[in-house]
Amino acid sequence: MSSGTIALVGNPNSGKTTFFNALTGSNQYVGNWPGVTVEKKEGSFTYRGKEYHVVDLPGTYSLGAFSEDEIVARDYILTGNPDVIINVIDASNVERNLYLTTQLLEMGKRVVIALNMVDEAKRRDIEFDIQGLSKRLNLPVVPTIASKEKGIEDIIKVAIQVMEKKPPVKSPLKYNEVIEHHINHMEEVLKGENLPYPLRWTALKIIEGDREVIKKLNKSILNQKAINYIKDFFKYHSSGDFELEIIDARYAFAHSIVDGTINRPEEDVITITDKIDKIFTNKYLGVPIFAIIMLIVFQLTFALGQDTLGGVVAYLVEGLGSLIESFLLGINAPGWLIAFMIEGVINGVGTVIEFVPIITVLYLLLGFLEDSGYMARAAYVWDDLMRKLGLQGKAFISMIIGFGCNVPGIMSARTLDNKKDKMITILINPFMSCGAKLPIYSVFIAAFFPNHGGLILFSLYTFGIIVGLILAKIYSKTLFKGESSYFIMELPPYRIPTIKNVLRNMWDNVYGFIKRAGTTIFVVITLLWVLAVLPASAQPYGEFSILGRIGAFLAPIFKLAGFGTWQESVALFAGIPAKEAVIGTLGMLYASEYVEEGALLVNAIRQHFTSLTTLSYMAMTLLYTPCVATLGIIKKETNSYKWMIYMALSSFVIGWIVAVLIFQIGSLLGFS
Amino acid sequence: MTKGLLALKNGDTGKVKSIQAGRTATKRLYEMGFNTGAPVKIIKNDSGPVIVYLNGCKVALGRGLAEKIILDI
Repeated sequence: MSSGTIALVGNPNSGKTTFFNALTGSNQYVGNWPGVTVEKKEGSFTYRGKEYHVVDLPGTYSLGAFSEDEIVARDYILTGNPDVIINVIDASNVERNLYLTTQLLEMGKRVVIALNMVDEAKRRDIEFDIQGLSKRLNLPVVPTIASKEKGIEDIIKVAIQVMEKKPPVKSPLKYNEVIEHHINHMEEVLKGENLPYPLRWTALKIIEGDREVIKKLNKSILNQKAINYIKDFFKYHSSGDFELEIIDARYAFAHSIVDGTINRPEEDVITITDKIDKIFTNKYLGVPIFAIIMLIVFQLTFALGQDTLGGVVAYLVEGLGSLIESFLLGINAPGWLIAFMIEGVINGVGTVIEFVPIITVLYLLLGFLEDSGYMARAAYVWDDLMRKLGLQGKAFISMIIGFGCNVPGIMSARTLDNKKDKMITILINPFMSCGAKLPIYSVFIAAFFPNHGGLILFSLYTFGIIVGLILAKIYSKTLFKGESSYFIMELPPYRIPTIKNVLRNMWDNVYGFIKRAGTTIFVVITLLWVLAVLPASAQPYGEFSILGRIGAFLAPIFKLAGFGTWQESVALFAGIPAKEAVIGTLGMLYASEYVEEGALLVNAIRQHFTSLTTLSYMAMTLLYTPCVATLGIIKKETNSYKWMIYMALSSFVIGWIVAVLIFQIGSLLGFS
Repeated sequence: MTKGLLALKNGDTGKVKSIQAGRTATKRLYEMGFNTGAPVKIIKNDSGPVIVYLNGCKVALGRGLAEKIILDI
């Protein structure tokens, strides 16, 4: 039983995620908010024998209705009734962070302030009068360094005190006479209504011209008189008249709080971030540095994940296979069960599991990049080029996230507020090669290009980016014309990622991979196995099995691309539920031909492919129809089956064309 | 004297006077701290988005948008 709920609210880059991790440790889980795909992170901690629930709200600059993130955060604060809000504030940037605080106070909530990353602020010679701040705000203010878990216990103590005793503080912020006058009148009119939100806040939001709130009010509870009053109000004042004045007033309030309680040096201290940025955002060096960083990521992924650690898990899986086999033989298990366990589960699902190390390293490195603050710079240096292609720099972040997995990559397109940017970003994301495709590449690379693993990986990912960008250009000229939205992005200081955050991120992804192996891939492999051993009259895994016949029917499609055998075709289709199944299927179907010793699947691949067909097959797996989870998220985010089907078919055709071109041109040039 | 942000050079400073972008963009800029009177310092204005210092925080602005921010010098 939870003793209370704490909500975490803060700006992007205020260290909120680190704070959440410090607060909840490993007791956390991720879900989605009802109805939307915004991530919902929840967790809990125990303090003095009582358990408390923590909800981490999306990081936002404001609580207007600017984006889905803001609406989710706002709705939860107003209607989810958290018992107390911890407002995480970046100590180097208090004034802007207080803008959000003023809105929390206007909502009439219990708030405590975590003045986070005070160490970073001290390095910039910023001085604080914490008591003064607290007094002026009439709120508890606790200095914290979440990355070092400092001050966490203090803030827990304070938050629980506030939760249990104090009534919410009334917002000390007053607007100018005109606005206050309008607010008061609006309050009069709304009084007695069954409002879903606090009275003054609702009145203020109407005057601000907040469309979300007005829409909600119009729909339900207002009597005719109030509706008419609001209508009249907007007859005399166009929506948005007071919007900027209200923002100015909130900032003036924030300024009055920090004036005299926070001392910034006259000249901002030149930080390491400034020095690094001079190079990383340089107009000539920015893009090459990005390329070098990505090259290092893939070299390391392959060197550590495959060459160094790859064999370990493979060895374990094989060992487990022999153990299971001897156990089943020992208990006189039926032949079909042994065949299923060894040829289906171990050769199929087990083959996928062997790639846990390489996946782990990739997610470790991507998480490190994401946490370091570099992503914002990548968006920055790509903005120019992206604009020429009809997009904007921020879309590039979605693409890099897609390297890990296309689902969050597509979800992150939500941060783009223009429909055109959002749609194009979604539609090109599946061409960003994801972690699930890594096992496929790894096997083929090990078979044909063992000495250039990192480089081939890098080229594949780059190739995906290029295809995506070409399509972006085409889409922006045809399907989605119009201006790309403006680019505005905070460049947070570079930070050394905390081990906890990076490991957390890695584990969530690796766990997802292992879970898929045990669920989706297991089901796919089981189905295929049954089809491969039936009918009993045919040779198992042979071309006269049901699966063989299906494959033989599909195979001619891929003749021109050079890989027209039935196994290779079946594997591609098996990869649509989850990409790893491509390798699982090949592992199962080639099993009967395994050479006695050594890397089995790799040897089978060497017999069935050439270096040229390897390239065309990898290009096909890179580009063709995205996995079911990705298709699902495309449907959800575009709110249309049409786009989902379009994506499934168009990517198949694009993949096929590219694979055919590679094979045909390669053959003409005399490669094999 | 007033100038568009894009006309300023590295190291120049000014205070936000007005923003002549669309309603959503203007509101977003205001909310991120480019509100009336906010002191802005140019860090990088050559090619690509402009980088400015705003309240001790670095913000990158697309050139199209930067042009619409009018500063008091």
